Amino acid sequence: MLVGLLIVVPLIASLLVFFTKGKASRNLALGLSIVEFALSLAVFFQYKHNPMSKDLVLNCSWVESMGIHFAVSADALSILMILLTTFLVPLIILSSFNTNYEKPHSFYSLILLMQMALIGVFTANDGFLFYVFWELALIPIYFICLVWGGENRGRITFKFFVYTLLGSLFMLVGLIYLYSHTGYETGIKSWAIGDLYAAGKAMSASQQSFVFWAIFIAFGIKMPVFPFHTWQPDTYVTAPTQGTMLLSGIMLKMGTFGLIKWLMPVTPLALEQWGGFVIGLSVFGIIYASCIAIVQKDYKRLIAYSSIAHVGLIAAGILAANQQGIQGAMMQMLAHGVNVVGLFLIADILMRHTGTRDLDKLGGIRSMNGNFAVLFLVVLLGSVALPLTNGFVGEFLLINGVYQYGAWVAAFAGLTVILGAVYMLRSYQAIMLGERRDSAIAFGSLVSSDKLVLYIICIAIIAFGVYPKPLNDLAEEGTKAILTYIK
Amino acid sequence: MKGLFIISGLGILAMLAEIFKFKKILYPLVLLGIIAAYGCNFMEWNNNMSVPMFGKMIHFDNVALAFSGVILATAFFWFILANDYFEHDHITDHFALVLFALVGALMLTSFSNMTTLFLGIEILSIPMYVLAASRKRDLASNEAGFKYLIMGSFASGFLLFGIALIYGATGTFDLMAIRSYISQANGSIPVFFYAGILMMLVAMCFKVSAAPFHFWAPDVYEGSPTVITALMSTIVKTAAFAAFMHLFLVVFGKAGESWSMVLAVIVALSLVVSNITAASQNSVKRMLAYSSISHAAFMLMAILANNRGFASVNAILYYSLAYSIGSISAFTVVYNVSKEDGNSNIEAFNGLGKRNPFVAGCMVIAMLSLAGIPVTAGFFAKYFIFTLMIGTGFKWLIILAILTSAVGVYYYFKVIIAMYFKPVREGQKMVLETSHVILLAITTLLTLALGIVPKYIIEIFG
Repeated sequence: MLVGLLIVVPLIASLLVFFTKGKASRNLALGLSIVEFALSLAVFFQYKHNPMSKDLVLNCSWVESMGIHFAVSADALSILMILLTTFLVPLIILSSFNTNYEKPHSFYSLILLMQMALIGVFTANDGFLFYVFWELALIPIYFICLVWGGENRGRITFKFFVYTLLGSLFMLVGLIYLYSHTGYETGIKSWAIGDLYAAGKAMSASQQSFVFWAIFIAFGIKMPVFPFHTWQPDTYVTAPTQGTMLLSGIMLKMGTFGLIKWLMPVTPLALEQWGGFVIGLSVFGIIYASCIAIVQKDYKRLIAYSSIAHVGLIAAGILAANQQGIQGAMMQMLAHGVNVVGLFLIADILMRHTGTRDLDKLGGIRSMNGNFAVLFLVVLLGSVALPLTNGFVGEFLLINGVYQYGAWVAAFAGLTVILGAVYMLRSYQAIMLGERRDSAIAFGSLVSSDKLVLYIICIAIIAFGVYPKPLNDLAEEGTKAILTYIK
Repeated sequence: MKGLFIISGLGILAMLAEIFKFKKILYPLVLLGIIAAYGCNFMEWNNNMSVPMFGKMIHFDNVALAFSGVILATAFFWFILANDYFEHDHITDHFALVLFALVGALMLTSFSNMTTLFLGIEILSIPMYVLAASRKRDLASNEAGFKYLIMGSFASGFLLFGIALIYGATGTFDLMAIRSYISQANGSIPVFFYAGILMMLVAMCFKVSAAPFHFWAPDVYEGSPTVITALMSTIVKTAAFAAFMHLFLVVFGKAGESWSMVLAVIVALSLVVSNITAASQNSVKRMLAYSSISHAAFMLMAILANNRGFASVNAILYYSLAYSIGSISAFTVVYNVSKEDGNSNIEAFNGLGKRNPFVAGCMVIAMLSLAGIPVTAGFFAKYFIFTLMIGTGFKWLIILAILTSAVGVYYYFKVIIAMYFKPVREGQKMVLETSHVILLAITTLLTLALGIVPKYIIEIFG
């Protein structure tokens, strides 16, 4: 019941906000997204209290004759993703308070609609429902990028849309293929996740390979993993800041989460066959994206590439298919979500205060606003995974997991730490330190809403770096459950 | 059955209206008549008394009733869309022609004899030839009517020839007799029987405008008045598919190996040709014409799957309903835009999101549905086709369908991008008639409702 509410509340919120005007829309959107966060906390504590609680599952029939159900549940892994989503959405909305978007009611309404779809993706326990939510998440973000985006948005968002849609259609075929193999014993076809797992396992290696690739393309494009990443940097740069935050902070995790929940347990044989190849791709992607990030001049684009590098490590950890790898991936997904939202907000603040994101034109801002420099530094350290920040837990586990898979792979994957430090610190140096440029002079002080968001993010970064246990426990538990299916 | 009588009666009444001077009340009369026909249709549902009538010429079983229901519902929406069309000259002629075309469409859902099939196709087609040319001072409209006539007659010739060959082999026009002939023949079927099937296949592909027999469609769609284009791409198409399905699933289903490969090639060609050509169109009307070829290919896939149960029938029924409603919605917008602008080029849609947010929103839903994005009706329509196809030997067609669907997204989204991204030219509000606003609201809601609760249609048989 509670989990059904988690999906319904953003939907209702989205409708309500659509019928408001002006400033009321953003305030209402913020309020309702905080309600949603409270609700997700209730789910979290309910799970802690009693994981088998009836409040955490919902299952009603949708198209009975085809075995389609509206089945959602909150298990350990879903709850982590739900928490991430509901934690970030209010921050994303708050971060937009200083930008006057046209038609604010549609803008916030779409963000909330997107939140509904995302929570649906993370909780779905029915293959068909998963697909529907997966596609549904694409529509709002497409419009957010199209209507409120920057230059060339028509062409760029379109590329993004077609790319991801094409991937999803392949996933649909893979899922239908799986579905057509369900029910050998009972004769009743079903989309339930357990039945899909069983159907996948009963397949031969070549059939599993087909399913693996059909579904992996969709996830690979969404994350994105090299070589499916070409839509990503342009889209991140062009989208409005809030759109970029949604894309990188949460939507990217749809791919990695899907990999854990919807692909690995289904095709264990194909994983043995292709896992190494995909890990190779991911590791190559890490180095490739890091190298490009090092030479970027546009700060937003730099973060976009750093995101490819981070997600490459996450993918490698997941496909290593061991406890540390997957658990680390979960932790890193949470950390990356929070940090990248912080980084994109910083890019937005730079743009608003100085009118440029070009590293060559920035410099010496620290002397203008020391407060901002400290907040920026904390976010940055989280993102380069310094111990005692949230990034450390995940990255440590990930490299550990990849090391168990192969020492050489880990050696290359570990470069992400070094290269990440290089481009992150270099950009910090260029923006905050050094000679004071013209652009920095009028920097001024931060507006209160930006400050609030940055403070919350910094507190989260440090709090979960120091005491990651509650989340880590959940990740560990969820990973164990998934591994029983894979092994 | 009664629905067929009511619509025929309405057609005759429309012709009398000119003589007895009640033209003014004809429009509400027709709407009421269609509702009555729909009501009768509904009453006959699940009525086990239904038997072949008129010497086994016509049989309104549940499948026929379901398709008649789709046609009548679409007709009702269409009349609301086309109210302008019945305001100036030749009012009664227009009414009579459209109503007689509807009679033909209803016959195509319910024929049980080759003669009724032919009659149905002709009763449907001949009014359509005239209607296509009904903007008589417009060269394009004349050209459309003429082309349609020539190509349509050509296809009818094929159809007749095919029927004759089949008659030669079986000695009967009765569909059930032909069906049992195939199952009892045990390999002693003469070659010209198969030739007959293939000729009928070609003729039917002409009627549903599948590639490579589609060449008439874009010109005819473009040249005809917009409302007639809407009529062609919804009602005519649904009726032709009901007939196609009845012939090839029920009657020739057992001889599937003789035509399935040919049909597979036709589907593949239709998918590729239509989507690639549609992508390069500047006129939205023409784009919709080409996209209708691609939708035809999807429905043909359900016939190709040749499912022994009712799965294919359900899928076609759902697809034609989803497609008809989406098309009516899209054509209503195109009609209003082109009324204002004089043409339906993509530039005419620029800034529609500002000029009239409601219309633009409805168009977005229609385009999403036609492109097959959840949770609209179009998504489920495509999904059902995919589930049918995955169990057949034609899995490669699914891959092709997916790749071409991505192209489809390109041209449907071109419209969306134009509406929201391109600047407004004259910054004028677009005003719609109230009836069109209501129509758009209903069709949009239906598109979403069909997508959210598809089970009432998809579980209708079997």
